[in-house]
Amino acid sequence: MIDRREMMKRAGLTALATGFGSATAFALDTVTLPFDNGERPLVKYPQKRPMIGLTSRPPQLETPFSIFNDGAITPNNAFFVRYHLADVPLNIDPDKFTLEIKGKVDRPTKLSLKEIKKLPAIELIAVNQCSGNSRGFSNPRVAGGQLANGAMGNARWRGVTLKAVLDKAGVQQGARQVTFGGMDGPVSDKTPDFVKALDIDHAKDGEVMLAYGMNGEDLPVLNGFPLRLIVPGYYGTYWVKHLNEITVIDSVFDGFWMKTAYRIPDTPCGCVEPGTAPKATIPINRFTVRSFITNVTDGAKLKPGATTLKGIAFDGGKGIKEVTVSLDGGKAWTPAKLGKDLGKYSFREWKLPVKFSAGNHELKVRATNNAGDTQPAEPLWNPAGYLRNVIETVRVTAA
Amino acid sequence: MARCFFAALLLAFAVIAGLAPGSATAAPVSYTLPDETAAFKPGPNLEVVQNNCTGCHSADYINTQPRGPKFKKDFWQAEVTKMIKVYGAPIDDADIGRIVDYLAATY
Repeated sequence: MIDRREMMKRAGLTALATGFGSATAFALDTVTLPFDNGERPLVKYPQKRPMIGLTSRPPQLETPFSIFNDGAITPNNAFFVRYHLADVPLNIDPDKFTLEIKGKVDRPTKLSLKEIKKLPAIELIAVNQCSGNSRGFSNPRVAGGQLANGAMGNARWRGVTLKAVLDKAGVQQGARQVTFGGMDGPVSDKTPDFVKALDIDHAKDGEVMLAYGMNGEDLPVLNGFPLRLIVPGYYGTYWVKHLNEITVIDSVFDGFWMKTAYRIPDTPCGCVEPGTAPKATIPINRFTVRSFITNVTDGAKLKPGATTLKGIAFDGGKGIKEVTVSLDGGKAWTPAKLGKDLGKYSFREWKLPVKFSAGNHELKVRATNNAGDTQPAEPLWNPAGYLRNVIETVRVTAA
Repeated sequence: MARCFFAALLLAFAVIAGLAPGSATAAPVSYTLPDETAAFKPGPNLEVVQNNCTGCHSADYINTQPRGPKFKKDFWQAEVTKMIKVYGAPIDDADIGRIVDYLAATY
C-alpha cells in the first residue's frame, strides 16, 4: 500500500502544496482520460485501491476502466464514489445507527442495524451507474463532474426490501412518494440537503432494497456504510448512501435534488439538439442500454491473427438479449456469446473469437435488451450530460 | 478468517477506535480522508476565490471543468450564480465580479 507521504513525493505534490506546483507536478501518478483537460491524479483512499481522483472534498473517485475486464462483479475496493456535499460521515457507530421511518405511516418507527439485519435478507446483483457517467465525452462539453466511463459498478447487494420496512411502519392511504435522506449533509445550512424521492408504487415493488452488505462484506464507508438504498436499474442519484431517514409523503417531493437537479429532457430519447435547452424536463430514471469492449483499449497495437474480444453490457432492467460486434466500423455485425446470466440488473459479460488481418480496424459493440432497446450510432445530447449510451468505438492496429 | 478480516480492516482504516481482534460486536468506524491534493492556480483575486469557494468544496471542482472559448466569462458567471442562488454560498456582491474574472482568466 502506498502511504500518503510516499504518494505526495511520487506525485511532486509537496511543491504544489506550497504553491509552486502546476498540473505537471502530477506527472508520475496521473492518468489522462480521453478528453480535453482529462488529467487526473491516481489517489489512494482507505478501503480503496488506487482510483481516479475527480474531486477530493467531497470525495469523488472513478474506477479505472481496466477493472471491468476482471469479471462481472466490481470489487468493493474499486467501486466508484460520488458525494454531493462535503459533510461526509467519518465516524459511524453501527451499534448506535438508526433508520427512522416517518411521515404518512401508522407506526413511526426507528430501526437499529441489528433489527434490520433480523428481517428476511435478500440478495440482488445490480449495476450502480452515476447519472454523470461519461459526461466528459459530451459534445459540446457541459459543466459538471467530468467523468470517463468509470462511474459505474456491479455488485451483489445484501439487505432487506424497502417494502418490508415500509410495511412494518404501515403506509397510510393517500401516500404518493417516499423520500430518502442520508447521514451526509451540506457544510452550509443554506445548501439544500441531499434528499431523493421515489413514487410509492416503485418504493413498494419488492425490488428496491436497503443494503448493508456488498459482495459479502459490509459496505465500504465511502459507498454508504452502514446502509444504503439500492434502486435496481435506476441511476445512482437515487441510491442514497448512509441512509437513515425515510419519509412517506402525500405529495410530489419538490426538493432541489428532484425538482431542479437530475432532470432529463421530456422527449422520447431524453435528448435535445446539441447545445439547445429542453422545453420540459422529468427526473432522470432508468439506465439506457450500454455495452463496452473491456480487453482491448483504444489505440492498441495487436498481433494479426486470432484473438478473443470480451466485454460487458447492461440496461435498466429488461435484461440483455443480444450483443453484436463489428470489426469494420459498423458495416457487418456478428453476435457475441453471452456469459452467465447474473440477473436482469447485472453486468452481462460477452465474448467473441475474432481474427485480425494486418492493418487498422475500427471495433464497435452494440447491445440490445429484451424490450428491443438498443444503442444509437451517434451520441445523444442533453444539457447535463446524462444518459450517454452511444455505440462505443475502439480503434486498433494489427501489425 | 475473522482475524484476517480484522487485520485487513486495521490496514485499511486509519483508526478504528476500541477495536479488539475477535470482538463479536460491530466496532465504531473512524475514517480519515486523505489530504486535499488540488490547489487553485495563481491568478488575479486568488485570495478572494480561496476565501469564498473553499468552504464547501476543493479546487478540483474548478480545475476539471471543460476549457476553451465557450467556457470563459459567461460559463463561470453562471457557475458562481448557481453557487449563490442554489447552494446558498454567502458571497458578497462586491466579490462576485472578482471571482468570475479570476476563473475566466485562469481556467
